[in-house]
Amino acid sequence: MAGIPSRHKSIFLLAGVVLLQILLLALQIKRDSEGRLIRVWTVGAFSPFERAGNHGIGHLREAWRHYFALQNASRENEQLRRENDDLKIKVTQLQSKAIEADRLALLLNFHKSHESVPMLGARVIATSAGTASATIMLDRGSKDHIKKNMGVITPEGVVGKVVEVYDNTSEVLLLTDKDSGVGAMLGNSRVQSPVGGAGEPLLVMKYVANDDVVSVGERVVTSGMDKIFPRDLPIGTITDIKPGNPFKSIRIRPSAHLERLEEVIVLLTLQPLQLNQETETAKPSASVATKPAAEAAKSPVSGTVAKPAPAPVSSAAVPTSTNAAAAVKPE
Amino acid sequence: MNDAFDIRNMESHIEVHKFRGGAIVGATLLALMFQAFVPVYFAKAAMIDLPLLITIYFGLSRRNPSTGLLLGMIIGLLQDSLSGPTVPLGLYGIAKTVIGYLASSIGARLDTEHPAARFALTIIFFGLHQGIVLLTRRILLAQSSVWFTMHLAAAAVVNAIVAVFLFALLDHLRKS
Repeated sequence: MAGIPSRHKSIFLLAGVVLLQILLLALQIKRDSEGRLIRVWTVGAFSPFERAGNHGIGHLREAWRHYFALQNASRENEQLRRENDDLKIKVTQLQSKAIEADRLALLLNFHKSHESVPMLGARVIATSAGTASATIMLDRGSKDHIKKNMGVITPEGVVGKVVEVYDNTSEVLLLTDKDSGVGAMLGNSRVQSPVGGAGEPLLVMKYVANDDVVSVGERVVTSGMDKIFPRDLPIGTITDIKPGNPFKSIRIRPSAHLERLEEVIVLLTLQPLQLNQETETAKPSASVATKPAAEAAKSPVSGTVAKPAPAPVSSAAVPTSTNAAAAVKPE
Repeated sequence: MNDAFDIRNMESHIEVHKFRGGAIVGATLLALMFQAFVPVYFAKAAMIDLPLLITIYFGLSRRNPSTGLLLGMIIGLLQDSLSGPTVPLGLYGIAKTVIGYLASSIGARLDTEHPAARFALTIIFFGLHQGIVLLTRRILLAQSSVWFTMHLAAAAVVNAIVAVFLFALLDHLRKS
């Protein structure tokens, strides 16, 4: 009050005293449903500033975030991009593992459903280096009791047979190799004929007479006569039939995905296998039955065929037991 | 400049009265007691606002705005306190603070010793007092009140008449 002229002091005093009493009033009064008057006034007085302040601060914060606080954004962006790449790789790996798990589950189920048959799962670690042959390399070898001429399959169908065995690896000749072959028969007519490779993705069924009824889409299964593969394992499906002289030219799409194998099953026995207990006798193809023994012995599984007992490996090309015997003779 | 000089000259001729010890306090307390108790027995006595008249009288006599407003504030707050829970502290306090200030300010510039002047000033201050109370009720307390009634007009006149006699009586409390 020292700096205020004396004639104005009373005015200021009046204002102060009245104001104090107004506040006193406000402290006592309650408005209906609005609480004490002082609270109503205070809120009413401050809320516009609070709103304005909040609005302004919100804008400032937005501006700061979007325009000024971007110094770390580039680094964070880079880091997030790296993390995103890592996550993408992980997702791909997980997807791959999931697919692998599905495949392994399939193998396991197959194994369980044929528990009497000794099997060994193996992983494909390499394929043939050139196009001249169709082979794959497995990560199992003689230490895992794999022997030459053992059959190799997948749950989808026949793959081929072991042609070389090393300590920890083994080499498998695929069905598609031109020197490969397997004892087979038509799923419906039960006509037997060896199926071999032709050096291309499709297989060839060679000795079906023109008189035999064969249709496109018909299943081809193992006949079991080669003493390597059990009977009725799927080999493939007929895709093309052409009349020939004296045999039809039949092309088959393999059931097993021979071009993208990752895991396979090795049949750990050289004894004849019987997956099914069927007593049904396969009807031998007349043409194959009349095929010269020398020709039958010569064909498809080159080099690895026609081995007499005790190794119970017969030529995959041998369509019948009669022919198998004949196939052994030339050796 | 001459006008200002004249006013100062005029003010210098207005006497500032002093009262005997305890006169202000005693008169105030008596007025409050009267206001609180007499209407219980004489309902019409509620029309007379003795605390207001005391505020006006001492304001006009002391002629010091600061003293006048503080005295008005104290009397008003005491009246509020005695008016029951329905009257918030400050309702009469604000009104009598303003009246005390105005009475002191006017008393410093005008001769308020004449009964006619006292009568007129009391009517004016009574009306002003009621206006302030009404404004406070309406604005601060959100209570509805009528601006003017014949009862208020009659009360103003009655208070003015009472003031003429009361002020004459109170003049005896001045130091000679």
